[in-house]
Amino acid sequence: MSSNKETFGKTVGFVLAVCIVCALLVSFSAVQLKPLQQANKLLDQQTKILEAAGLLETAGKDVVGTYNKFVDARMIDLDSGEFIEGDVINFDERRNARDTSLSIKPENDIAGINRRSNSAVVYIIKDQAGAVDSVVLPIVGSGLWNLMFGYVGLEADLNTINSVIYSDHSETPGLGAEVLNPKWKALWPGKKIYDDEGNVEIRLVKGGAKANDIHGVDALSGATLTSNGVTHTLQFWFGEEGYEPFITKYRAEGVK
Amino acid sequence: MSSDAKKVLTGPIADNNPIALQVLGICSALAVTSSMANALVMSLAVIFVTAFSNLFISIIRNHIPSSVRIIVQMAIIASLVIVVDQVLKAFSYQLSKELAVFVGLIITNCIVMGRAEAFAMKEKPGLSFLDGIGNGLGYGAILMLVAFFRELLGFGTLFGIEILPLIQNGGWYQGNGLLVLPFSSFFVIGLIIWALRQWKPEQVEKD
Repeated sequence: MSSNKETFGKTVGFVLAVCIVCALLVSFSAVQLKPLQQANKLLDQQTKILEAAGLLETAGKDVVGTYNKFVDARMIDLDSGEFIEGDVINFDERRNARDTSLSIKPENDIAGINRRSNSAVVYIIKDQAGAVDSVVLPIVGSGLWNLMFGYVGLEADLNTINSVIYSDHSETPGLGAEVLNPKWKALWPGKKIYDDEGNVEIRLVKGGAKANDIHGVDALSGATLTSNGVTHTLQFWFGEEGYEPFITKYRAEGVK
Repeated sequence: MSSDAKKVLTGPIADNNPIALQVLGICSALAVTSSMANALVMSLAVIFVTAFSNLFISIIRNHIPSSVRIIVQMAIIASLVIVVDQVLKAFSYQLSKELAVFVGLIITNCIVMGRAEAFAMKEKPGLSFLDGIGNGLGYGAILMLVAFFRELLGFGTLFGIEILPLIQNGGWYQGNGLLVLPFSSFFVIGLIIWALRQWKPEQVEKD
């Protein structure tokens, strides 16, 4: 029996048949499950944005409804700070950063992101009456091991921090991964990004920030490089190669 | 259930454990055991893949040309793993984010290939299916045991529920930083193997 199943033609035929069956199985599951996967991804992103906006408790189980009601996602041009048209749902900062026509190499790349997309999506949070309540800005920068992605929630003055929420990172569990610790996240509300002259002063302080330091937050113990990463990420994104043009313009003109 | 089937199903849990006796599948046992929830999902994924790869390979075992049998096994295993990965992404996004690449790496888990080659190529489909479940269970049992110690002593939690309140959260327990890191599984697995061989001395290798 072994001799007749070992002919060249039969072997090739058998392998082809197995490949076709496997390919059908894989493509069927990939195509069938894609809508669910994309919904999950979007839901995850919207949950983080609501968390940064402080609306997650209000939302309860209805994340999508709350998001659609209160959050206005707008695309901006980072260099001019102006609102532009764009596909905010499928926007991916890192994908743009790989495309040299859609991104620049920052002159002072302290966040370690290599290239920065020319555009960005900002999330304007409205209150019940439709007035601007707060703004959520996405950030990305190198931690110890890899890029860390997150959101900064700001008051309507675009200077006072409401929250710093990391959504995606690969820092060391128990050390750098403490960026997700609720106790640490609770240190952020009320801190100011800029001083009176408009310099970016926000930073993590090793050994603990002083009680009256409105720009300093305790660094993560045992995670100096992650803490430096967080400081540099914030200083980059609120500096002139980050959101500063948008913030200046926004303060002068408001949302249009 | 016949005694044969029972032996095939429960044997790999203690008597012939794929991790503790055969020392297979160590890589993923290091990587995904930092929390019980991750270990549970990983175990279920491996049980599914070993069971069905054994089943399908056993069904076509008399037709597989022996010159390409490993490649055929790989194709079946890889397809099943991709399906598991897709299902996880669709129904448990958070966990799939944490398990990340390790679900995909089930393809290279020696237990799956080992059972396909050593068992499913010779035995009937029903028995092979049970063997797949049994070996998955054996793998899962060790994974859960390792994750139990690592999560409890490393983070002070079990399935994310606080058992030992950590100092940084206002409690009294100083989390063990070593157990948080993947390589600490070597110590835990070593201790489990030692305990198992104390209990069942016939597993000790002869010099």
